[in-house]
Amino acid sequence: MTFTSRSALPGFHLALGYTLVYLSLIVLIPLAGVFFKATELGLAEIWAILRSERVLSALTLSFGTALIAAALNAVFGTLVAWVFVRYDFPGKRLFDAMIDLPFALPTAVAGIALTALYAGNGWVGQWLEPLGIKIAFTQVGIIIALLFIGLPFVVRTVEPVLRDMEKELEEAAALLGASRWQTIRLVLLPSLLPSLLTGFALAFARGVGEYGSVIFIAGNLPYVSEIAPLLIVIRLEEFDYTGATVVAAAMLVIAFVMLFVINGLQAWSNRHKVRNQSLALPVQGAKQ
Amino acid sequence: MITSISRKLSLLAASSLIAFTSFSQLASAAELLNVSYDPTRELYKEYNEEFSDYWKFKTGKDISIKQSHGGAGKQARAVIDGLGADVVTLALAYDIDAIGEKTGKIPKDWQSRLPNNSAPYTSTIVLLVRKGNPKNIRNWDDLVRDGVQVITPNPKTSGGARWNYLAAYTFAKNKYGSDKAAQDFVGKIYRNVPVLDTGARGSTNTFVQRGIGDVLLAWENEAFLAVNELGPDKFEIVVPSVSIKAEPPVTVVDGNAKKHGNEAVAKAYLEFLYTPYAQKLVAKHYYRPFLAEFADAKDLARFPKLKLITVDEQFGGWQKAQKTHFLDGGVFDQIYTPR
Repeated sequence: MTFTSRSALPGFHLALGYTLVYLSLIVLIPLAGVFFKATELGLAEIWAILRSERVLSALTLSFGTALIAAALNAVFGTLVAWVFVRYDFPGKRLFDAMIDLPFALPTAVAGIALTALYAGNGWVGQWLEPLGIKIAFTQVGIIIALLFIGLPFVVRTVEPVLRDMEKELEEAAALLGASRWQTIRLVLLPSLLPSLLTGFALAFARGVGEYGSVIFIAGNLPYVSEIAPLLIVIRLEEFDYTGATVVAAAMLVIAFVMLFVINGLQAWSNRHKVRNQSLALPVQGAKQ
Repeated sequence: MITSISRKLSLLAASSLIAFTSFSQLASAAELLNVSYDPTRELYKEYNEEFSDYWKFKTGKDISIKQSHGGAGKQARAVIDGLGADVVTLALAYDIDAIGEKTGKIPKDWQSRLPNNSAPYTSTIVLLVRKGNPKNIRNWDDLVRDGVQVITPNPKTSGGARWNYLAAYTFAKNKYGSDKAAQDFVGKIYRNVPVLDTGARGSTNTFVQRGIGDVLLAWENEAFLAVNELGPDKFEIVVPSVSIKAEPPVTVVDGNAKKHGNEAVAKAYLEFLYTPYAQKLVAKHYYRPFLAEFADAKDLARFPKLKLITVDEQFGGWQKAQKTHFLDGGVFDQIYTPR
């Protein structure tokens, strides 16, 4: 569609103008500012900052833990969503409401609560420590914090799709002799995959940028448990604004590439789903 | 008729509202913002009340003092980024230098404007251990032993942590002589640090609430607070043989005070810190007063005697100390090597 063609829908130009201004003010200009500030340094200097062991390990840690946490959430969040949609049990509404808490809770509160729980003298930590398992102040602690804040993203994106899928589909698969694993793999997953990927991407993106909860539970040791957002704060405290923005810009680029890949996967699985559904149609017809 | 009455009433309401707001504006005309670091909360809460009484008595004007607290580096950055502080009372001189350098709102010679390098009170770094001192920690060199866990925040993000680091360094330099040996010594201490919090209060929490670590490096005033408020049955203070003389400086942010028309009151606010009354208050809140003769004898008796060395004596000033030890690639960064 070109800008001059008339649409049946009213107010397109106004809405487009509004969208552009809004996106620019809220998203584009601040992000462009990050890159602009980073270019105060020459390419060689930027490269030197990014190649330093400290920055590399912080970036690896941030993206690695976010990936692991998002993947775990994708599996177990889907399970939670599936139970909520398919089963009724006492207190379900209460549990359902609790899922949203990580959205609303200030992440520092979550961080302090999780640390208190998993530290060596905490409710959970005191049982794990004798077994030689340390959670608070290690990389595992970071993953736990990211699991907490990422869970609602997966549950809330998968849940509506699952609800739209008829239960009969799973039952029919069972009747036609599919094993339980086949039902999950061939019936549930293909339709769920796009929303699952969305939830995964959201949880991942949220985890990469998370600061508030992680600094409490991480231990923050350079090269070991120092996340990239903390490194940015440290650079700022040194009044090294440019160094901070270089790390920030690197995070933006990496996050953008990864989200781009996930989006591509999603588009691919959408096409895949359409093909699968057309194959599945006769089965639905037979049921009617 | 009714409408005209109601109109009159609403007019009356409106005019009284206008009168009220202009009155309240008058009352809150003078407002002073003091941007400070973390552990001074209790001190300035009490000091501000006293000062506004004094100011009212002296000039007949009301002054409302707003306080902002946080990690010293973060606070300095907020002022650089535009927070309209009339006065800053921070943990170390370097942060105030940075404000002056980046904004031009503070003259270069700020530190000579008030007595004692603009430090109306000083403090030092002591060791806080668990009751009974189970690891038998007596001095700095006990911190490098195997199996001793030390809790201190990150010097990159915390002003207090920089004092901790410099105190340990001062001890080692005086004991072993060479800078190389001192660097090795602090390196060994930091290898015994299991959690590097971002601020002094965070480290206190890790040590006190989470029960992690054998010894906490702390401001003397914070250590007193921890012992008194959390129970003398849980912690005790160990005084090392030598430590740093921490001088948390104060100054007027001229650029902001001028803009707000607060020059006179801001100047008076800081000068009042050097009065007998304020010096007594400072000692009550566990800071070492510059003019000890005005403090209560019983408050002074709480301060242990130990050898205190200033940053100027040991490191040649804060600018130099910061550059050598804490900037990117400095000695502190070299302690941590990739594992």
